[in-house]
Amino acid sequence: MSNLSAFDTLGPVMVGPSSSHTAGAVRIGNLAREIVGKDFKRVKIYLHGSFRETYQGHGTDKALIGGLLGLSTENSLIKKSFQLAKQKKIEFEFIPADLGKVHPNTVKLKIEDIDEDMNIITASSIGGGSIVVTEIDGVEVDLTGEYPTLITLHEDKPGVVAKVSAILNEYQLNIAEMKVVRQNKGTLATAVIGLDYQLDVSILNKIQKVSEVKKVKLVNPIE
Amino acid sequence: MYDFETVKELINLTEKHEVSITEVVIKREKELSEKSEVEIRKRMNKSLEVMREAIKQGLTEDITSMSGLVGGDAKLIASAREREETITGNIMSQAITRALAVSEVNAAMGKIVAVPTAGSCGILPGALLTIADDIDISDKEIVDSLFVASGIGLAVAKQASVSGAAGGCQAECGTASGMAAAAITYLLGGDNNQVANATAIALKNILGLVCDPVAGLVEIPCIKRNTMGAANALVAAEMALAGVESKIPIDEVIIAMKEVGEALPEELRETSLGGLAATPTGCRIKEQLKAD
Repeated sequence: MSNLSAFDTLGPVMVGPSSSHTAGAVRIGNLAREIVGKDFKRVKIYLHGSFRETYQGHGTDKALIGGLLGLSTENSLIKKSFQLAKQKKIEFEFIPADLGKVHPNTVKLKIEDIDEDMNIITASSIGGGSIVVTEIDGVEVDLTGEYPTLITLHEDKPGVVAKVSAILNEYQLNIAEMKVVRQNKGTLATAVIGLDYQLDVSILNKIQKVSEVKKVKLVNPIE
Repeated sequence: MYDFETVKELINLTEKHEVSITEVVIKREKELSEKSEVEIRKRMNKSLEVMREAIKQGLTEDITSMSGLVGGDAKLIASAREREETITGNIMSQAITRALAVSEVNAAMGKIVAVPTAGSCGILPGALLTIADDIDISDKEIVDSLFVASGIGLAVAKQASVSGAAGGCQAECGTASGMAAAAITYLLGGDNNQVANATAIALKNILGLVCDPVAGLVEIPCIKRNTMGAANALVAAEMALAGVESKIPIDEVIIAMKEVGEALPEELRETSLGGLAATPTGCRIKEQLKAD
């Protein structure tokens, strides 16, 4: 708790009515937008627990859409996010759901991007506007949007993660946190690498060229 | 190092470095964020502007909450005051009008400053800005007092909690009321001990208040509790400035608040399973909203 800012107790500036159900929902939308990383045309939103019970009264629905459109937690347009999404011809649907043993404020987003790829993201609003993305496309993660984060999908072989971290080391990029999750033993694995600084596209390209790396994605931090 | 955990440590730092509470809080923020004092002050100035805008919006626009349950009450008190139908006097009437206005704007998805949370966002602007307008003081001095409020909020957050789910409404509206009482006392020239006493008195008066939102929304009774918090802040500041002391020191009050919060059953900590949320009318409202 010692790193609490003066603007945590007198602030943040935000659109109401609830830091967990509104501001947190906007931030989930913001981070999901970063994870998808391109325009999208269709969104299905599965609301769990307290989100399911009170989403309309808290504007959680408008906040999630506003966040997906890139609005910040203090943007007054959040209230009108449905109209904005319709103008952009984005289809969206809210579905009450039971997502199992998860935080009471949890949402699952199925986002179909312009290349018709499906992005499935699960996230929770854990209080005071803080959030955590817990799953991306079936892979367990732990993403809070604080750091620039690299996410790779690579062959589950010895030395692949070392190759990626060697490239980061070459550019003297410090790894703030790292987690490697196996999709299936001996087939595919995912590394989630939190960095202290933004990284250049050229570095991303270099990682992409590692032969065992199938996919690499950079998720920028959110406000 | 300007970091502190308790109000006592905060006051000790002011004495050690011979600076004000405001300066300690700003210096701490500088260390934490590596930003300049100008940038930090600018950000707080923006918060002040957002508070003023929310008050204005709540008193000029037609406000209805997202659920349609609440809105328009701030205007009712404002017009009663214009007809000179106030029984508590202009200051108190203004303070509760403004606290209501900001809370109503919050419930309608308007822009507010969370102090310390969105649910208690009307208390500090309602009480503090009413006093500030009454004595005609510079924005810089108001911003100074906002840093004092923030510092007090930090001491509560670090020792207890400012979340209704963890500590009940006392943690949200109680803390907000304590922060507002501290800011007002500071703004009116109170010394460090008077600031601490004002905070302690305000917190003590709200100790034990449960968090029981009807249908889980930040509307009933949250909005009206903001008026109570603003009024209580004025009461506490008036007492402390007159020289009334809290027999229980502020940090002990904060720890008591934490323990009371932990002792509250889960039904009374934002789950909407007890208190007003569980009344026949509270349940009926919930069912009605579901049916809509």
